[in-house]
Amino acid sequence: MNEALLDISRLTTSFPSEVGRVSVVDDIDLTISRGEVLALVGESGCGKSITAMSILRLVPRPGRIEGGCIRFDGKDLLSLSVPDIRAVRGRDISMIFQEPMTSLNPVFRVGDQVIEAIRLHQPLSRREAAARVVELFQQVGIPDAEARLSSYPHQLSGGLRQRVMIAMALSTRPKLLIADEPTTALDVTIQAQILELLKELRAKFQMTILLITHDFGVVNAIADRVAVMYAGKIVETGTRLQILSEPLHPYTAGLLSSMPGRAERGKPLSEIPGVVPSPSEWPAGCRFSTRCRRAFEPCHTAVPERQHDVNAHEVSCHAVSLGNGP
Amino acid sequence: MTPAIQEPILRVEALRCYFPIRRGLLQRTVGHVFAVDGVDLEVPASGTLALVGESGCGKTTVGRSILRIVDGSAGHIWFQGQDLMALSQEQLRPLRRAMQMIFQDPMTSLNPRMRVRDIIAEGLRSFDLVKTNAECADRVASLMTRVKLDPRQMMRYPHEFSGGQRQRIGIARALAVEPKLIVCDEAVSALDVSIQAQILNLLRELQQQDGLSYLFIAHDLSVVRYLADWVCVMYLGQIVESRQTEQLFADPAHPYTRGLLKAAPSIDPQNPTVTARVQGEVPSPANPPPGCHFNTRCPEVFDRCYTEEPDLYPVSGGGTSRCFLADPHHVPTPR
Repeated sequence: MNEALLDISRLTTSFPSEVGRVSVVDDIDLTISRGEVLALVGESGCGKSITAMSILRLVPRPGRIEGGCIRFDGKDLLSLSVPDIRAVRGRDISMIFQEPMTSLNPVFRVGDQVIEAIRLHQPLSRREAAARVVELFQQVGIPDAEARLSSYPHQLSGGLRQRVMIAMALSTRPKLLIADEPTTALDVTIQAQILELLKELRAKFQMTILLITHDFGVVNAIADRVAVMYAGKIVETGTRLQILSEPLHPYTAGLLSSMPGRAERGKPLSEIPGVVPSPSEWPAGCRFSTRCRRAFEPCHTAVPERQHDVNAHEVSCHAVSLGNGP
Repeated sequence: MTPAIQEPILRVEALRCYFPIRRGLLQRTVGHVFAVDGVDLEVPASGTLALVGESGCGKTTVGRSILRIVDGSAGHIWFQGQDLMALSQEQLRPLRRAMQMIFQDPMTSLNPRMRVRDIIAEGLRSFDLVKTNAECADRVASLMTRVKLDPRQMMRYPHEFSGGQRQRIGIARALAVEPKLIVCDEAVSALDVSIQAQILNLLRELQQQDGLSYLFIAHDLSVVRYLADWVCVMYLGQIVESRQTEQLFADPAHPYTRGLLKAAPSIDPQNPTVTARVQGEVPSPANPPPGCHFNTRCPEVFDRCYTEEPDLYPVSGGGTSRCFLADPHHVPTPR
């Protein structure tokens, strides 16, 4: 891996709540190198999708980006003009979502939708663009590509719709693909097909992928590096192997050991007690402190500093000591 | 708690459930969706049978036909010595106390306008299990404690609870009438991992304490492996493999089961590979392919699969597989 394609520093995005504005993404740092697949993992409401939305400056109102810096390919995305960020969206950074049915327009043929997306960024005639779509559909494994151009989204299965979305996302050869839970709504055999497709495309185009997911199985299948998010904070970052075999943060370790895939039959699963608090109830100090078995005094008052070991495994936790500061 | 050999609490025989497809002004029946097409299964007493498969395979319809929420077209459902298929809704009523259901999405299965107390007490009242309001509140409080909810919150509404807590409300409601069998339809699928573990532990504890039997409908193989004693794998309305859990995971007999296991992502960092052995998509259950229903996607398909429909053949070590590869009379043909 080489220099960073995307470098997020001190990003904070807030939403209003009963107790005033709450930073649902709070002062996070994240880098993705060129050609890397980085998985941002966490449970619902942890802020992983809002992080992705912030990169594209698509945070829905009344949310807003409070501060920080997002450097992408030499540009500071947060200071670009509106036309300039529009040009980045879809051309340099593409996004695919969990439910392709809601991101495709139901009243237009899928071929036309992809043609439009291409012509928005490239000066091609309709016919040239159509030929490009057929090629893209074949690349993403849509059988009978030419005939599929005139299908409406509802005529396609969930797996095919996701392939159409991927074709659309690839149409401009983006530098970064953001995939937000791309396989969550799919059956396991179809999920395996889409994961294989993403790996294949990645190898072919040296694509950089930011994968947003709650599923450590998907992480294991495709990610190079992993960032674990809890309550608006990134609590741990490391390689796939570091995170899955030697997690440092009690939250990461707790999540992994509560998965039935690692449990013995008939033995109780290890639990993380309590529920994920809503943003207005986030505790002071470490946000995991109310559910953490290793919590002690400083956890309830001081926000833990980020530490790293020699292998760039990073963690923010008072109970872990790597013997150096940030 | 689980005795080794016992009469099953529920036995389903040759269950079929066809839904008519109606078209046109006169709503003529132009075909049928074969949602459940000849299913046999047994739920062990005080044990767990898992029914797994992908969306549209008919697993939910099996669960609903057992509770007669949908009416099956043919077959037998033996429960407590009676064939549920032969009973009228009237005759069925006393048996309903013994069979309950937990749903995937607790938000849509709990009435948003009812207080939690009334949701949990509904069964108690309709079966006259409580005499006074005070007794009712007591019972609700003790049920809430059992599922680890705070009884002081019984006057709240469902939206005031988190997803995991709402699933506990659904469980308390099912437990209220002291059932023998609970059909859990994707009961933990919508929950976050940390909450899923809490609910799975609760279901397991309740089973140990009360000797409950579960028909556990799920698509997540790791959950099934953890919880179930026996597993039936469904594909296009049929059971394609029925095995004891450890055996199914150690040595799957049916090519579809093998494909499912290879496709499921593992969290073992030494074993990150996901393989899409099963290509293509599930055909429409209104028009299943002739021969073996899996022949359009099977990586091990051969000539016979296109012309004959496979039976369920016994597999060594117990259980069955609906594949000619398990047919004792099968002669392997070189391709």
